[in-house]
Amino acid sequence: MSGWALIRIWTVVVYLFMFLPVAVVVLLSFNASQFGAFPMTGLSLRWFGELWANEAILRAFRVSFLLGALTAAISTTLGVLAALALVRYDFRGKNLVSTVLIAPILVPEVVLAVALLLFLRFLQMPKSFALLLLGHVIFTLPFVVLVVQARLVGIRRDVEEAALSLGASPRQTFFAVTLPLLAPAIFAGMLFAFTISFDDITGTLFWKPGGVETVPTQIFAMLRNSISPEINALGTVMIVLTVGLPLLGAAIARRLGARTR
Amino acid sequence: MATVETREARQPWILLAPALTAVALLLLVPLAFIAVYSFWLRTATGADIAGFHTDNWAEALSDPFYRDILLGTLRIAAITTLVCALAGYPAAYFIARSKANRAILLLLLMLPFWVSYIIRTMSWINILGVSGAFNSALLAMGVIGQPIQMLYNEATVILGLVHFLLPFMVLNVYVSLEGIDETLEQAANSLGATRWQAFREVTLPLSLPGLAAGGLLCFVLAAGTYITPLVLGGPTDAMFANLVFEAIITQLDWPLGSALSLMLLAILGALVALYNHFVGMSQIARGFG
Repeated sequence: MSGWALIRIWTVVVYLFMFLPVAVVVLLSFNASQFGAFPMTGLSLRWFGELWANEAILRAFRVSFLLGALTAAISTTLGVLAALALVRYDFRGKNLVSTVLIAPILVPEVVLAVALLLFLRFLQMPKSFALLLLGHVIFTLPFVVLVVQARLVGIRRDVEEAALSLGASPRQTFFAVTLPLLAPAIFAGMLFAFTISFDDITGTLFWKPGGVETVPTQIFAMLRNSISPEINALGTVMIVLTVGLPLLGAAIARRLGARTR
Repeated sequence: MATVETREARQPWILLAPALTAVALLLLVPLAFIAVYSFWLRTATGADIAGFHTDNWAEALSDPFYRDILLGTLRIAAITTLVCALAGYPAAYFIARSKANRAILLLLLMLPFWVSYIIRTMSWINILGVSGAFNSALLAMGVIGQPIQMLYNEATVILGLVHFLLPFMVLNVYVSLEGIDETLEQAANSLGATRWQAFREVTLPLSLPGLAAGGLLCFVLAAGTYITPLVLGGPTDAMFANLVFEAIITQLDWPLGSALSLMLLAILGALVALYNHFVGMSQIARGFG
């Protein structure tokens, strides 16, 4: 079937298009040449060493990790509670509530960034780490609600009802039965929120106070000069972190899921 | 009994309260605020004059500079969406119909979502830049004597956007194709349709909701993009979000920046509303399942 063969070749081309540029970043980060471009003159780890010695980049990593962790904690708490309400209860106005909760991803990020920034300026609040955190919470929240909701649908209620009917208090039931069942969903939500926060740049550029850089804004600032091998090395570290963490997370979630099943 | 029932009825709202409060205070109220603010005036001294002045809107709507950039932004978003649909549909079809490799293809499809947006955007500098892969290869082969500057134009902005948005398209089309009963196509075949006819008459129409979902995401994300034109575009390739940033952060003309933001929101919001009317938001949520 030649049509099918064509589709297969096309698919290979699409995948190459998606992955080759990223592969080149990883390849060039090991380049021994001091210009960070082709032709490669040999393999070397020196750019990773320079990265490690670059105080600005290390600071950006600390900011990004702190911001991502706090965003994940807050956003997942709000998102899991809301997703529980949406999956477990029927109430009037449910559709409207769902739409409101995913509204932050329907609004273009620039508009969201402008609205929040100007509103807090109006309230005399200067740009700060807190503003950055609030911003990251609001645009990761819809993703957490969607992801957690999708996982929650699969959890059956009768286990909890069994615990209650066997004499456990609602509080005991929540901590002994519901929470362990929820763990994979909570974990998935946190991972999502962390990764989105860690990767964000548009909103961050509007909200960040002067002198504070996250890893993406640091890369963006470095790009203004020229593409140095250091940026490729930083890119490789980012790829390992943002691809490796979710894969690790998926493995842990599967473990958690297997244990509670 | 009544108290138990009212408690049961209140329960979902207690659970929803924190999230709804956050969305209200951090999104809805600020949006209402910039709607009001866009009618204020910024004076030369830097103070705002409250009131109902239509000057910002008149400027945002009539200045040919803003209009051209708005039209340019919509054109770039439309081309990006079209390219994503044409490139992504066959790939999604292949994933949905291939039995052996589906799991690995899907995993690979999800990977770009996790690779940093700024890294994926800047990776094209390594490929197309003056000392990038293409130029080095052409120089080595002797095709060209001098490196050519292929970057920093509208085409590379679109290339960067397609690279960023293609996975969204493939995933959404895949989700809708996967939900189509394969025996429908076989039934059409056995009734005398060719494979191509069966695809065109049966599968393609049934997959349109997924194509529409992917298209909406691609268009809205492309039209709101801020970083790609700065990294891969030239000085004349500014898009609408760059204008907004310029007005707010550089010129500190917040009322004008508010009006420009709301213009973008109105246009993209109208698209989302149209989509919601004809297809429904649940199609997009399915991509997360």
